[in-house]
Amino acid sequence: MKGDLWFQRVSVGTVWFWLAVFALVPNVMVVAASLLERGDREFVRFALSLESYQRLLDPLYLRVLWNSFYLAALSTLMCLAMGYPFAYLLARVPRRYSRLLLLLVIIPFWTSSLVRTYAMVIILQTNGWLNQILLDLGLIAEPLELLYTEPAVIAGMLYALLPFMILPLYAALEKLDRRLIEAARDLGAGRVTIFRRIILPLTLPGIVAGCMLTFLPGLGMFYVADLLGGARTLLVGNLIRDQFLSARDWPFGAAASVMLTVLMGLLLWAYYLSSRRASRGALP
Amino acid sequence: MSPRDAARIAYLILIYGFLYLPILVLIVYSFNDSKYSLEWQGMTWTWYQNLFDDPDLLQVALNSALVATLSATVATMIGTMAAVALYRYAFFGKSLLQGLIFVLMMTPDIVMGIALLILFASLRLPLGFWTLLLAHITFNIPFVVVTVFSRISGFDRHLIEAAKDLGATEFQTVRCVILPLLVPAVGAGWLLSFTLSMDDVIVSFFVTGPTFEILPLKIYSMVRLGVTPEINALCTIMLGATLMLILIAQLLLREKS
Repeated sequence: MKGDLWFQRVSVGTVWFWLAVFALVPNVMVVAASLLERGDREFVRFALSLESYQRLLDPLYLRVLWNSFYLAALSTLMCLAMGYPFAYLLARVPRRYSRLLLLLVIIPFWTSSLVRTYAMVIILQTNGWLNQILLDLGLIAEPLELLYTEPAVIAGMLYALLPFMILPLYAALEKLDRRLIEAARDLGAGRVTIFRRIILPLTLPGIVAGCMLTFLPGLGMFYVADLLGGARTLLVGNLIRDQFLSARDWPFGAAASVMLTVLMGLLLWAYYLSSRRASRGALP
Repeated sequence: MSPRDAARIAYLILIYGFLYLPILVLIVYSFNDSKYSLEWQGMTWTWYQNLFDDPDLLQVALNSALVATLSATVATMIGTMAAVALYRYAFFGKSLLQGLIFVLMMTPDIVMGIALLILFASLRLPLGFWTLLLAHITFNIPFVVVTVFSRISGFDRHLIEAAKDLGATEFQTVRCVILPLLVPAVGAGWLLSFTLSMDDVIVSFFVTGPTFEILPLKIYSMVRLGVTPEINALCTIMLGATLMLILIAQLLLREKS
Protein backbone atom coordinates (compact mmCIF):
# COMPACT_ATOMS: atom_id res chain seq x y z
CA MET A 1 0.00 0.00 0.00
CA LYS A 2 3.07 2.28 0.03
CA GLY A 3 2.60 3.50 -3.54
CA ASP A 4 -0.82 4.62 -2.42
CA LEU A 5 0.40 7.69 -0.69
CA TRP A 6 0.68 9.80 -3.84
CA PHE A 7 -2.99 10.79 -3.79
CA GLN A 8 -2.79 11.88 -0.19
CA ARG A 9 0.40 13.85 -0.89
CA VAL A 10 -1.03 15.57 -3.95
CA SER A 11 -4.26 16.61 -2.25
CA VAL A 12 -2.75 17.77 1.02
CA GLY A 13 0.06 19.50 -0.86
CA THR A 14 -2.24 21.39 -3.22
CA VAL A 15 -4.48 22.64 -0.44
CA TRP A 16 -1.56 23.69 1.75
CA PHE A 17 0.15 25.40 -1.16
CA TRP A 18 -2.91 27.41 -2.13
CA LEU A 19 -3.82 28.54 1.36
CA ALA A 20 -0.22 29.38 2.23
CA VAL A 21 0.30 31.50 -0.88
CA PHE A 22 -3.09 33.21 -1.04
CA ALA A 23 -4.16 33.37 2.61
CA LEU A 24 -1.21 33.10 4.97
CA VAL A 25 1.45 35.07 3.08
CA PRO A 26 -0.84 37.99 2.09
CA ASN A 27 -1.91 38.51 5.68
CA VAL A 28 1.66 38.48 6.89
CA MET A 29 2.40 41.05 4.19
CA VAL A 30 -0.43 43.29 5.44
CA VAL A 31 1.08 43.28 8.92
CA ALA A 32 4.50 44.01 7.41
CA ALA A 33 3.13 46.84 5.25
CA SER A 34 1.44 48.41 8.26
CA LEU A 35 4.84 48.69 9.95
CA LEU A 36 6.53 50.43 7.02
CA GLU A 37 6.61 54.04 5.91
CA ARG A 38 4.67 55.54 3.09
CA GLY A 39 6.74 55.77 -0.07
CA ASP A 40 6.86 58.45 -2.73
CA ARG A 41 7.34 56.41 -5.85
CA GLU A 42 6.66 52.91 -4.56
CA PHE A 43 3.68 52.29 -2.33
CA VAL A 44 5.83 51.63 0.70
CA ARG A 45 9.34 52.57 1.80
CA PHE A 46 11.33 49.95 3.63
CA ALA A 47 11.80 51.70 6.93
CA LEU A 48 10.25 50.43 10.12
CA SER A 49 7.79 52.80 11.72
CA LEU A 50 4.76 52.78 13.97
CA GLU A 51 3.53 56.01 12.43
CA SER A 52 0.50 54.39 10.81
CA TYR A 53 -0.75 53.09 14.12
CA GLN A 54 -0.16 56.45 15.73
CA ARG A 55 -2.23 58.08 13.02
CA LEU A 56 -5.13 55.77 13.83
CA LEU A 57 -5.24 57.60 17.16
CA ASP A 58 -5.41 60.99 15.47
CA PRO A 59 -8.76 62.62 16.52
CA LEU A 60 -9.78 62.92 12.88
CA TYR A 61 -9.50 59.18 12.29
CA LEU A 62 -10.56 58.27 15.79
CA ARG A 63 -13.88 59.88 15.00
CA VAL A 64 -14.29 57.77 11.86
CA LEU A 65 -13.39 54.63 13.82
CA TRP A 66 -15.75 55.48 16.63
CA ASN A 67 -18.56 56.34 14.23
CA SER A 68 -18.01 53.11 12.33
CA PHE A 69 -17.98 51.01 15.50
CA TYR A 70 -21.11 52.73 16.65
CA LEU A 71 -22.97 52.11 13.38
CA ALA A 72 -21.82 48.50 13.09
CA ALA A 73 -22.50 47.72 16.76
CA LEU A 74 -25.93 49.32 16.63
CA SER A 75 -26.90 47.38 13.51
CA THR A 76 -25.52 44.19 15.05
CA LEU A 77 -27.59 44.68 18.21
CA MET A 78 -30.69 45.48 16.16
CA CYS A 79 -30.09 42.37 14.04
CA LEU A 80 -29.80 40.35 17.25
CA ALA A 81 -32.95 41.87 18.76
CA MET A 82 -34.92 41.22 15.58
CA GLY A 83 -33.26 37.94 14.68
CA TYR A 84 -33.27 36.06 17.98
CA PRO A 85 -37.07 35.85 18.47
CA PHE A 86 -37.40 35.16 14.77
CA ALA A 87 -34.88 32.28 14.83
CA TYR A 88 -36.50 30.98 18.02
CA LEU A 89 -39.91 30.83 16.37
CA LEU A 90 -38.45 29.41 13.18
CA ALA A 91 -36.83 26.56 15.11
CA ARG A 92 -40.25 25.64 16.52
CA VAL A 93 -42.33 25.76 13.36
CA PRO A 94 -44.00 22.41 12.50
CA ARG A 95 -41.77 20.27 10.25
CA ARG A 96 -44.09 20.60 7.29
CA TYR A 97 -43.36 24.31 6.94
CA SER A 98 -39.89 24.57 8.41
CA ARG A 99 -37.99 23.65 5.23
CA LEU A 100 -39.75 26.25 3.13
CA LEU A 101 -39.45 28.93 5.80
CA LEU A 102 -35.74 28.20 6.28
CA LEU A 103 -35.21 28.36 2.52
CA LEU A 104 -36.79 31.82 2.56
CA VAL A 105 -33.99 32.93 4.91
CA ILE A 106 -31.25 31.16 2.95
CA ILE A 107 -32.19 32.93 -0.29
CA PRO A 108 -31.42 36.47 0.94
CA PHE A 109 -28.32 35.06 2.70
CA TRP A 110 -26.83 34.16 -0.67
CA THR A 111 -28.25 37.08 -2.64
CA SER A 112 -25.89 39.90 -3.56
CA SER A 113 -25.86 42.44 -0.75
CA LEU A 114 -25.09 45.16 -3.28
CA VAL A 115 -28.35 44.40 -5.07
CA ARG A 116 -30.18 44.36 -1.76
CA THR A 117 -28.58 47.65 -0.73
CA TYR A 118 -29.73 49.09 -4.03
CA ALA A 119 -33.26 47.86 -3.30
CA MET A 120 -33.07 49.85 -0.07
CA VAL A 121 -32.11 52.96 -2.06
CA ILE A 122 -35.27 52.52 -4.14
CA ILE A 123 -37.38 52.25 -1.00
CA LEU A 124 -35.81 55.25 0.73
CA GLN A 125 -35.19 57.80 -2.01
CA THR A 126 -37.06 61.08 -1.83
CA ASN A 127 -39.46 60.18 -4.60
CA GLY A 128 -39.32 56.58 -3.46
CA TRP A 129 -41.68 53.94 -2.31
CA LEU A 130 -41.76 54.64 1.44
CA ASN A 131 -42.38 58.37 0.99
CA GLN A 132 -45.12 57.59 -1.51
CA ILE A 133 -46.88 55.32 0.99
CA LEU A 134 -46.56 57.85 3.81
CA LEU A 135 -47.91 60.60 1.55
CA ASP A 136 -50.82 58.45 0.38
CA LEU A 137 -51.69 57.62 3.96
CA GLY A 138 -51.64 61.32 4.78
CA LEU A 139 -49.07 60.83 7.53
CA ILE A 140 -46.73 63.42 6.04
CA ALA A 141 -47.41 66.51 3.95
CA GLU A 142 -44.25 66.47 1.86
CA PRO A 143 -41.59 63.82 1.12
CA LEU A 144 -38.98 63.26 3.82
CA GLU A 145 -35.26 63.35 3.11
CA LEU A 146 -34.60 59.74 4.06
CA LEU A 147 -31.59 58.97 1.90
CA TYR A 148 -28.05 60.09 2.82
CA THR A 149 -28.75 60.06 6.53
CA GLU A 150 -27.33 57.92 9.30
CA PRO A 151 -30.63 56.07 9.86
CA ALA A 152 -30.58 55.16 6.16
CA VAL A 153 -27.13 53.60 6.59
CA ILE A 154 -28.34 51.68 9.63
CA ALA A 155 -31.42 50.49 7.76
CA GLY A 156 -29.22 49.37 4.87
CA MET A 157 -26.81 47.50 7.15
CA LEU A 158 -29.71 45.91 8.98
CA TYR A 159 -31.21 44.81 5.70
CA ALA A 160 -27.96 43.50 4.28
CA LEU A 161 -26.84 41.72 7.44
CA LEU A 162 -29.97 40.29 9.06
CA PRO A 163 -29.76 36.88 7.29
CA PHE A 164 -26.15 36.51 8.54
CA MET A 165 -27.45 36.87 12.10
CA ILE A 166 -30.49 34.62 11.70
CA LEU A 167 -28.78 31.54 10.26
CA PRO A 168 -26.22 30.91 13.05
CA LEU A 169 -28.90 31.67 15.65
CA TYR A 170 -31.24 29.21 13.99
CA ALA A 171 -28.52 26.54 13.89
CA ALA A 172 -27.94 26.98 17.64
CA LEU A 173 -31.63 27.11 18.58
CA GLU A 174 -32.51 24.13 16.44
CA LYS A 175 -29.95 21.96 18.24
CA LEU A 176 -31.30 22.99 21.64
CA ASP A 177 -32.57 19.97 23.56
CA ARG A 178 -36.19 20.72 24.45
CA ARG A 179 -36.08 18.18 27.27
CA LEU A 180 -33.77 20.48 29.20
CA ILE A 181 -36.43 23.18 29.12
CA GLU A 182 -39.13 20.73 30.19
CA ALA A 183 -36.95 19.47 33.02
CA ALA A 184 -36.34 23.02 34.23
CA ARG A 185 -40.05 23.74 34.07
CA ASP A 186 -40.83 20.60 36.05
CA LEU A 187 -38.34 21.72 38.65
CA GLY A 188 -40.25 24.96 39.00
CA ALA A 189 -38.17 27.42 36.96
CA GLY A 190 -39.99 30.44 35.57
CA ARG A 191 -39.77 31.65 31.95
CA VAL A 192 -37.09 34.22 32.70
CA THR A 193 -34.97 31.74 34.63
CA ILE A 194 -35.28 29.16 31.86
CA PHE A 195 -34.19 31.69 29.29
CA ARG A 196 -31.36 33.10 31.38
CA ARG A 197 -29.98 29.86 32.78
CA ILE A 198 -30.60 27.39 29.95
CA ILE A 199 -31.52 28.82 26.56
CA LEU A 200 -29.12 31.76 26.61
CA PRO A 201 -25.94 29.90 27.68
CA LEU A 202 -26.61 27.05 25.25
CA THR A 203 -27.21 29.36 22.30
CA LEU A 204 -24.38 31.73 23.19
CA PRO A 205 -22.04 30.27 20.52
CA GLY A 206 -24.73 31.01 17.92
CA ILE A 207 -25.10 34.54 19.25
CA VAL A 208 -21.36 35.16 19.12
CA ALA A 209 -21.10 33.65 15.62
CA GLY A 210 -24.03 35.78 14.43
CA CYS A 211 -22.51 38.93 15.91
CA MET A 212 -19.17 38.15 14.28
CA LEU A 213 -20.82 37.63 10.88
CA THR A 214 -22.69 40.94 11.13
CA PHE A 215 -20.33 43.21 13.05
CA LEU A 216 -17.15 42.62 11.02
CA PRO A 217 -18.76 42.99 7.57
CA GLY A 218 -20.69 45.93 9.04
CA LEU A 219 -17.40 47.74 9.57
CA GLY A 220 -16.22 47.00 6.06
CA MET A 221 -19.21 47.37 3.71
CA PHE A 222 -18.18 50.63 2.12
CA TYR A 223 -20.83 50.50 -0.58
CA VAL A 224 -23.62 50.65 1.99
CA ALA A 225 -22.18 53.88 3.37
CA ASP A 226 -21.62 55.21 -0.16
CA LEU A 227 -25.05 54.47 -1.56
CA LEU A 228 -27.16 55.22 1.51
CA GLY A 229 -25.01 57.64 3.46
CA GLY A 230 -23.71 59.89 0.72
CA ALA A 231 -20.14 60.91 0.19
CA ARG A 232 -18.99 61.24 3.81
CA THR A 233 -16.45 58.75 5.13
CA LEU A 234 -18.53 56.78 7.57
CA LEU A 235 -17.03 53.36 7.95
CA VAL A 236 -13.60 51.83 8.46
CA GLY A 237 -14.26 50.19 5.10
CA ASN A 238 -14.43 53.57 3.35
CA LEU A 239 -11.31 54.72 5.18
CA ILE A 240 -9.34 51.64 4.13
CA ARG A 241 -10.57 51.83 0.56
CA ASP A 242 -9.62 55.50 0.26
CA GLN A 243 -6.09 54.80 1.53
CA PHE A 244 -5.58 52.24 -1.22
CA LEU A 245 -7.42 54.08 -3.96
CA SER A 246 -7.05 57.81 -3.67
CA ALA A 247 -4.80 58.72 -0.73
CA ARG A 248 -2.24 56.08 -1.70
CA ASP A 249 -1.18 55.59 1.89
CA TRP A 250 -0.88 51.83 1.95
CA PRO A 251 0.78 51.47 5.37
CA PHE A 252 -2.06 53.42 6.97
CA GLY A 253 -4.71 51.36 5.17
CA ALA A 254 -2.89 48.19 6.19
CA ALA A 255 -2.80 49.33 9.83
CA ALA A 256 -6.58 49.89 9.81
CA SER A 257 -7.00 46.43 8.31
CA VAL A 258 -4.75 44.85 10.95
CA MET A 259 -7.04 46.42 13.53
CA LEU A 260 -10.03 44.64 11.93
CA THR A 261 -8.09 41.37 11.95
CA VAL A 262 -7.28 41.76 15.64
CA LEU A 263 -10.96 42.39 16.29
CA MET A 264 -11.81 39.23 14.38
CA GLY A 265 -9.29 37.35 16.51
CA LEU A 266 -10.98 38.56 19.70
CA LEU A 267 -14.41 37.55 18.44
CA LEU A 268 -13.14 34.11 17.36
CA TRP A 269 -11.69 33.67 20.82
CA ALA A 270 -15.03 34.62 22.39
CA TYR A 271 -16.70 32.10 20.09
CA TYR A 272 -14.25 29.39 21.14
CA LEU A 273 -14.81 30.11 24.83
CA SER A 274 -18.59 30.22 24.56
CA SER A 275 -18.85 27.03 22.52
CA ARG A 276 -16.55 25.20 24.92
CA ARG A 277 -18.74 26.30 27.80
CA ALA A 278 -21.95 25.41 25.99
CA SER A 279 -20.77 21.92 25.07
CA ARG A 280 -19.64 21.30 28.64
CA GLY A 281 -23.00 22.51 29.94
CA ALA A 282 -24.90 20.25 27.55
CA LEU A 283 -23.32 17.07 28.83
CA PRO A 284 -25.79 14.87 30.71
CA MET B 1 -55.41 29.65 17.31
CA SER B 2 -54.54 31.44 20.51
CA PRO B 3 -53.65 35.15 20.52
CA ARG B 4 -50.08 34.15 21.35
CA ASP B 5 -49.86 32.00 18.22
CA ALA B 6 -51.30 34.83 16.18
CA ALA B 7 -48.66 37.19 17.54
CA ARG B 8 -45.95 34.67 16.66
CA ILE B 9 -47.17 34.30 13.11
CA ALA B 10 -47.49 38.07 12.78
CA TYR B 11 -43.86 38.46 13.88
CA LEU B 12 -42.64 35.89 11.37
CA ILE B 13 -44.58 37.63 8.61
CA LEU B 14 -43.18 41.00 9.65
CA ILE B 15 -39.56 39.84 9.37
CA TYR B 16 -40.17 38.01 6.09
CA GLY B 17 -41.84 41.20 4.86
CA PHE B 18 -38.75 43.21 5.81
CA LEU B 19 -36.49 40.70 4.03
CA TYR B 20 -38.52 40.50 0.84
CA LEU B 21 -40.43 43.75 0.37
CA PRO B 22 -37.53 45.86 -0.96
CA ILE B 23 -36.57 43.09 -3.39
CA LEU B 24 -40.15 42.76 -4.61
CA VAL B 25 -40.48 46.51 -5.09
CA LEU B 26 -37.26 46.46 -7.12
CA ILE B 27 -38.55 43.64 -9.32
CA VAL B 28 -41.93 45.28 -9.88
CA TYR B 29 -40.37 48.60 -10.88
CA SER B 30 -38.07 46.91 -13.37
CA PHE B 31 -41.23 46.25 -15.41
CA ASN B 32 -42.83 49.67 -14.90
CA ASP B 33 -43.35 51.63 -18.10
CA SER B 34 -42.20 54.97 -16.69
CA LYS B 35 -38.71 56.34 -16.37
CA TYR B 36 -39.22 58.59 -13.34
CA SER B 37 -42.62 58.11 -11.80
CA LEU B 38 -43.46 55.53 -9.20
CA GLU B 39 -47.02 55.27 -10.42
CA TRP B 40 -47.68 52.01 -12.18
CA GLN B 41 -47.83 52.88 -15.88
CA GLY B 42 -48.18 49.39 -17.24
CA MET B 43 -45.89 46.53 -18.06
CA THR B 44 -42.86 46.94 -20.30
CA TRP B 45 -39.76 45.04 -21.39
CA THR B 46 -38.03 48.28 -22.49
CA TRP B 47 -35.42 48.31 -19.73
CA TYR B 48 -34.46 44.71 -20.36
CA GLN B 49 -34.32 45.48 -24.08
CA ASN B 50 -31.94 48.37 -23.37
CA LEU B 51 -29.66 46.08 -21.39
CA PHE B 52 -29.42 43.55 -24.18
CA ASP B 53 -28.75 46.29 -26.71
CA ASP B 54 -25.69 47.44 -24.78
CA PRO B 55 -22.65 45.53 -26.10
CA ASP B 56 -20.38 46.79 -23.28
CA LEU B 57 -22.73 45.48 -20.65
CA LEU B 58 -22.94 42.09 -22.35
CA GLN B 59 -19.14 41.91 -22.34
CA VAL B 60 -19.08 42.73 -18.62
CA ALA B 61 -21.71 40.06 -17.93
CA LEU B 62 -19.65 37.52 -19.91
CA ASN B 63 -16.53 38.50 -17.90
CA SER B 64 -18.42 37.84 -14.68
CA ALA B 65 -19.75 34.51 -15.90
CA LEU B 66 -16.27 33.45 -17.05
CA VAL B 67 -14.60 34.26 -13.74
CA ALA B 68 -17.45 32.66 -11.78
CA THR B 69 -17.32 29.46 -13.84
CA LEU B 70 -13.55 29.07 -13.68
CA SER B 71 -13.16 30.06 -10.05
CA ALA B 72 -16.03 27.82 -8.95
CA THR B 73 -14.51 24.89 -10.84
CA VAL B 74 -10.99 25.26 -9.49
CA ALA B 75 -12.24 26.02 -5.96
CA THR B 76 -14.48 22.96 -6.09
CA MET B 77 -11.56 20.73 -7.06
CA ILE B 78 -9.25 22.09 -4.36
CA GLY B 79 -12.01 22.33 -1.75
CA THR B 80 -13.17 18.77 -2.36
CA MET B 81 -9.61 17.48 -2.08
CA ALA B 82 -9.25 19.41 1.15
CA ALA B 83 -12.48 17.96 2.57
CA VAL B 84 -11.49 14.39 1.61
CA ALA B 85 -7.98 14.87 3.03
CA LEU B 86 -9.32 16.31 6.29
CA TYR B 87 -11.67 13.35 6.59
CA ARG B 88 -9.32 10.56 5.55
CA TYR B 89 -5.81 11.42 6.60
CA ALA B 90 -3.76 12.45 9.55
CA PHE B 91 -1.03 14.77 8.32
CA PHE B 92 1.38 17.42 9.47
CA GLY B 93 -0.37 20.65 10.41
CA LYS B 94 -3.89 19.28 10.01
CA SER B 95 -5.48 21.29 12.78
CA LEU B 96 -3.65 24.39 11.59
CA LEU B 97 -5.11 23.84 8.13
CA GLN B 98 -8.60 23.43 9.58
CA GLY B 99 -8.15 26.62 11.56
CA LEU B 100 -6.88 28.47 8.50
CA ILE B 101 -9.93 27.44 6.46
CA PHE B 102 -12.26 28.57 9.24
CA VAL B 103 -10.49 31.90 9.68
CA LEU B 104 -10.45 32.44 5.92
CA MET B 105 -14.24 32.02 5.84
CA MET B 106 -14.71 34.50 8.68
CA THR B 107 -12.25 37.09 7.36
CA PRO B 108 -13.99 40.35 6.43
CA ASP B 109 -13.97 40.83 2.66
CA ILE B 110 -12.15 44.12 2.91
CA VAL B 111 -9.25 42.56 4.83
CA MET B 112 -8.95 39.78 2.24
CA GLY B 113 -9.20 42.30 -0.59
CA ILE B 114 -6.31 44.47 0.50
CA ALA B 115 -4.20 41.47 1.58
CA LEU B 116 -4.46 40.06 -1.95
CA LEU B 117 -3.89 43.49 -3.46
CA ILE B 118 -0.63 43.82 -1.52
CA LEU B 119 0.40 40.31 -2.60
CA PHE B 120 -0.32 40.98 -6.28
CA ALA B 121 1.34 44.39 -6.15
CA SER B 122 4.54 43.00 -4.67
CA LEU B 123 4.59 40.20 -7.26
CA ARG B 124 4.07 42.95 -9.86
CA LEU B 125 1.10 41.15 -11.35
CA PRO B 126 -1.04 43.55 -13.40
CA LEU B 127 -4.56 43.73 -11.93
CA GLY B 128 -7.15 42.16 -14.21
CA PHE B 129 -8.51 38.77 -15.18
CA TRP B 130 -5.83 36.59 -13.57
CA THR B 131 -5.63 38.39 -10.25
CA LEU B 132 -9.42 38.42 -10.03
CA LEU B 133 -9.57 34.70 -10.77
CA LEU B 134 -6.96 33.85 -8.12
CA ALA B 135 -8.79 35.95 -5.54
CA HIS B 136 -12.18 34.39 -6.30
CA ILE B 137 -10.78 30.85 -6.11
CA THR B 138 -9.33 31.72 -2.71
CA PHE B 139 -12.53 33.02 -1.11
CA ASN B 140 -14.59 30.19 -2.62
CA ILE B 141 -12.45 27.34 -1.26
CA PRO B 142 -13.64 27.43 2.38
CA PHE B 143 -17.30 27.35 1.35
CA VAL B 144 -16.70 24.24 -0.76
CA VAL B 145 -14.76 22.58 2.06
CA VAL B 146 -17.58 23.20 4.53
CA THR B 147 -20.33 22.05 2.15
CA VAL B 148 -18.49 18.86 1.14
CA PHE B 149 -17.14 18.08 4.60
CA SER B 150 -20.59 18.21 6.20
CA ARG B 151 -21.74 15.53 3.74
CA ILE B 152 -18.62 13.39 4.02
CA SER B 153 -18.72 13.22 7.82
CA GLY B 154 -22.13 11.53 7.64
CA PHE B 155 -20.61 8.67 5.60
CA ASP B 156 -20.74 4.98 6.32
CA ARG B 157 -17.09 4.12 6.95
CA HIS B 158 -17.74 0.45 6.12
CA LEU B 159 -18.06 1.33 2.44
CA ILE B 160 -14.53 2.65 2.40
CA GLU B 161 -13.20 -0.29 4.40
CA ALA B 162 -14.94 -2.69 2.02
CA ALA B 163 -13.29 -1.02 -0.97
CA LYS B 164 -9.90 -1.32 0.73
CA ASP B 165 -10.50 -5.00 1.59
CA LEU B 166 -11.33 -5.67 -2.04
CA GLY B 167 -7.94 -4.30 -3.00
CA ALA B 168 -8.75 -0.80 -4.17
CA THR B 169 -5.91 1.69 -4.08
CA GLU B 170 -6.44 4.98 -2.27
CA PHE B 171 -7.05 6.82 -5.53
CA GLN B 172 -9.52 4.15 -6.71
CA THR B 173 -11.35 4.35 -3.39
CA VAL B 174 -11.68 8.11 -3.68
CA ARG B 175 -12.66 8.01 -7.35
CA CYS B 176 -15.05 5.04 -7.32
CA VAL B 177 -16.53 5.12 -3.81
CA ILE B 178 -16.16 8.49 -2.12
CA LEU B 179 -16.63 10.86 -5.07
CA PRO B 180 -19.84 9.29 -6.44
CA LEU B 181 -21.40 9.57 -2.98
CA LEU B 182 -20.21 13.16 -2.77
CA VAL B 183 -21.56 14.30 -6.14
CA PRO B 184 -24.56 16.20 -4.74
CA ALA B 185 -22.48 18.07 -2.16
CA VAL B 186 -19.75 18.81 -4.71
CA GLY B 187 -22.40 20.13 -7.10
CA ALA B 188 -23.91 22.28 -4.38
CA GLY B 189 -20.45 23.58 -3.46
CA TRP B 190 -19.86 24.54 -7.09
CA LEU B 191 -23.18 26.38 -7.35
CA LEU B 192 -22.62 28.28 -4.10
CA SER B 193 -19.12 29.26 -5.24
CA PHE B 194 -20.51 30.44 -8.55
CA THR B 195 -23.05 32.60 -6.72
CA LEU B 196 -20.46 34.05 -4.36
CA SER B 197 -18.21 34.87 -7.26
CA MET B 198 -21.00 36.49 -9.32
CA ASP B 199 -22.03 38.66 -6.36
CA ASP B 200 -18.72 39.69 -4.84
CA VAL B 201 -18.10 43.43 -4.68
CA ILE B 202 -15.50 44.17 -2.03
CA VAL B 203 -12.68 41.73 -2.82
CA SER B 204 -13.10 42.28 -6.57
CA PHE B 205 -13.01 46.03 -6.06
CA PHE B 206 -9.37 45.80 -4.96
CA VAL B 207 -8.03 43.06 -7.22
CA THR B 208 -9.31 43.91 -10.68
CA GLY B 209 -8.25 46.72 -12.95
CA PRO B 210 -9.98 48.88 -15.57
CA THR B 211 -9.13 46.32 -18.26
CA PHE B 212 -11.43 43.71 -16.82
CA GLU B 213 -14.78 44.89 -15.54
CA ILE B 214 -17.36 42.63 -13.89
CA LEU B 215 -21.08 42.99 -13.18
CA PRO B 216 -21.20 43.88 -9.47
CA LEU B 217 -18.60 46.61 -9.93
CA LYS B 218 -20.42 47.87 -13.01
CA ILE B 219 -23.67 48.00 -11.03
CA TYR B 220 -21.87 49.78 -8.21
CA SER B 221 -20.53 52.50 -10.50
CA MET B 222 -23.92 52.82 -12.25
CA VAL B 223 -25.80 53.20 -8.96
CA ARG B 224 -23.41 55.90 -7.78
CA LEU B 225 -24.49 57.97 -10.78
CA GLY B 226 -28.16 57.56 -9.96
CA VAL B 227 -31.08 55.17 -10.02
CA THR B 228 -32.33 54.13 -13.45
CA PRO B 229 -34.89 51.56 -14.58
CA GLU B 230 -32.08 49.75 -16.41
CA ILE B 231 -30.32 49.08 -13.10
CA ASN B 232 -33.60 47.74 -11.73
CA ALA B 233 -33.77 45.34 -14.66
CA LEU B 234 -30.11 44.30 -14.29
CA CYS B 235 -30.52 43.70 -10.55
CA THR B 236 -33.68 41.70 -11.20
CA ILE B 237 -31.78 39.45 -13.60
CA MET B 238 -29.04 38.98 -10.99
CA LEU B 239 -31.65 38.13 -8.36
CA GLY B 240 -33.33 35.63 -10.67
CA ALA B 241 -30.05 33.91 -11.49
CA THR B 242 -29.05 33.68 -7.81
CA LEU B 243 -32.47 32.35 -6.86
CA MET B 244 -32.22 29.60 -9.45
CA LEU B 245 -28.73 28.53 -8.40
CA ILE B 246 -29.64 28.50 -4.70
CA LEU B 247 -32.74 26.41 -5.32
CA ILE B 248 -30.75 23.82 -7.27
CA ALA B 249 -28.02 23.78 -4.60
CA GLN B 250 -30.62 23.26 -1.88
CA LEU B 251 -32.23 20.41 -3.83
CA LEU B 252 -28.84 18.74 -4.22
CA LEU B 253 -28.04 19.07 -0.53
CA ARG B 254 -31.43 17.77 0.52
CA GLU B 255 -31.54 14.68 -1.71
CA LYS B 256 -30.10 12.06 0.63
CA SER B 257 -30.09 13.71 4.01
